[in-house]
Amino acid sequence: MAIQKTYEEINEKIRRGEAVVLTAEEVSQMALTCSPEEIAEKVDVVTTATFGAMCSSGAIVNFGHANPPIRMEKIRLNGVPAYEGLAAVDTYIGATACDPENPKYGGAHVIQDLVDGKDIELEAWGKGTDCYPRKHIKTVINKATVNEMILFNPRNAYQNYPVAVNSTSQMKYTYMGNLLPHMRNATYSTSGELSPLLNDPEMKTIGIGTRIFLGGTQGFVVWPGTQFNTSKPKNEHGVPVGNSATLAVMGNMKEMSSEFLQAAYYEKYGVSLFVGIGIPIPVLNADIAKNVSIRNEQIETTVCDYGVEGSPALGRVTYAQLRSGEIEVQGKKIRTAPVSSLSKARKIAEILKQSILAGEFEISKPVQMFPTNTSLKSLKEQ
Amino acid sequence: MKMQKKRYVLKFPPQSGDQPFSYHLVKDFDIRINILRAEVWPGKTGSLVLELEGTTTNLKNGIAYLKANQVSCEPLNKKITWDNVRCISCGNCTAVCFAGALQMDPEKWELQFDPEKCIVCELCVPACPLNLFKIDFRE
Repeated sequence: MAIQKTYEEINEKIRRGEAVVLTAEEVSQMALTCSPEEIAEKVDVVTTATFGAMCSSGAIVNFGHANPPIRMEKIRLNGVPAYEGLAAVDTYIGATACDPENPKYGGAHVIQDLVDGKDIELEAWGKGTDCYPRKHIKTVINKATVNEMILFNPRNAYQNYPVAVNSTSQMKYTYMGNLLPHMRNATYSTSGELSPLLNDPEMKTIGIGTRIFLGGTQGFVVWPGTQFNTSKPKNEHGVPVGNSATLAVMGNMKEMSSEFLQAAYYEKYGVSLFVGIGIPIPVLNADIAKNVSIRNEQIETTVCDYGVEGSPALGRVTYAQLRSGEIEVQGKKIRTAPVSSLSKARKIAEILKQSILAGEFEISKPVQMFPTNTSLKSLKEQ
Repeated sequence: MKMQKKRYVLKFPPQSGDQPFSYHLVKDFDIRINILRAEVWPGKTGSLVLELEGTTTNLKNGIAYLKANQVSCEPLNKKITWDNVRCISCGNCTAVCFAGALQMDPEKWELQFDPEKCIVCELCVPACPLNLFKIDFRE
């Protein structure tokens, strides 16, 4: 009789303290000696995680009204521009926003400072209206003074990502790190066999409403992420070999910690935000058990030349090869380096595992599954 | 005699730029030197990264000779600070460290820094997205 568990059955076990929870790395080891059927029988939840720079991140903040009130039509937070088109005292501060005069401190740093409880200088201007007469305000805000601060990231947790190399004779400064000339290094992101969407490649359990670990607290998947693409080629293990699906995530930033939300600045590129995300995958049946058992040697990705326009593909490698410290591309041996933190991802997967075991974190059935036939449009100039 | 090998950062004042310090280290103190990096500009403070190899006594005497000639000589690891408390072990610095001084531990995937491999190329300074490296090579 094939195993088929329900979300509710697994949550019952979590509440009774009887659920068996493993990290995705642990289950990949277990799969060396156990069949998917045995894993489905023995394991209830598998925790996945990632901790990488995710540029498409930001925060919604409501400042509260001053007296007399102002309709904020231009907003600066520690000098960083925040979006001014959201009613009177709401804003959205994007992680990559910055004042060109001070490019090393951007939206991500404002977000981290808010999370850390630090004071932020708020300066705003308005034209003055009958109901919002004030034209200027300069004051200090922090985590305690704002009504809400909500992390809302439109595109996070990419399902796989290319390896970056640079074939030119010049150093290239990218969000994939500093790429040495003549392909003298190769950088890769994603946590491989621990990465959320690589463990559920068809998103059978991850959808709108999935409760996740986000930046140190519980958050939610709220939508497929932008540039959500299900039409990328897949390898024989069912894993897309390039960047494909993504997640839009949301959570209460007041509860988050800068241990899992870290501002970053990349030389000659700009500001970004490292985001810690952990996703529990309920092992409902043997199919899902097979998916979460995937190992680094089965996950492939494409090597792209970031030195050349259009980043052409040069070859395909596995995460096992990437982790070995050296890959071979077109007959050339290249030293590899990660640009997302596996040690932090492991920590998140472990925290999530422990909170499920402690009964503090229940799994949630998606309210709606993601679309299955999406592709990516490019921007045409017309 | 036990031989020691260690890397140092030397700084010499503008007026000493024309002194053959390395010659004296070799000739008078029998120290094997390997110049890893040198910046000498007329009329300015000069900086050198040297690997010194010799007996404990000779190294001690050689360094004393340098200091007596107004050349500061400090172990390289004291000239480089890496804020490992804030480090998230992302690995960006290891991508540019072709000397192999910055490497990921292959088990724990945490950043390891070996100052004895560092050649003070300083590529890690801008490569760190958290700006955690400080190198005092010049002044």
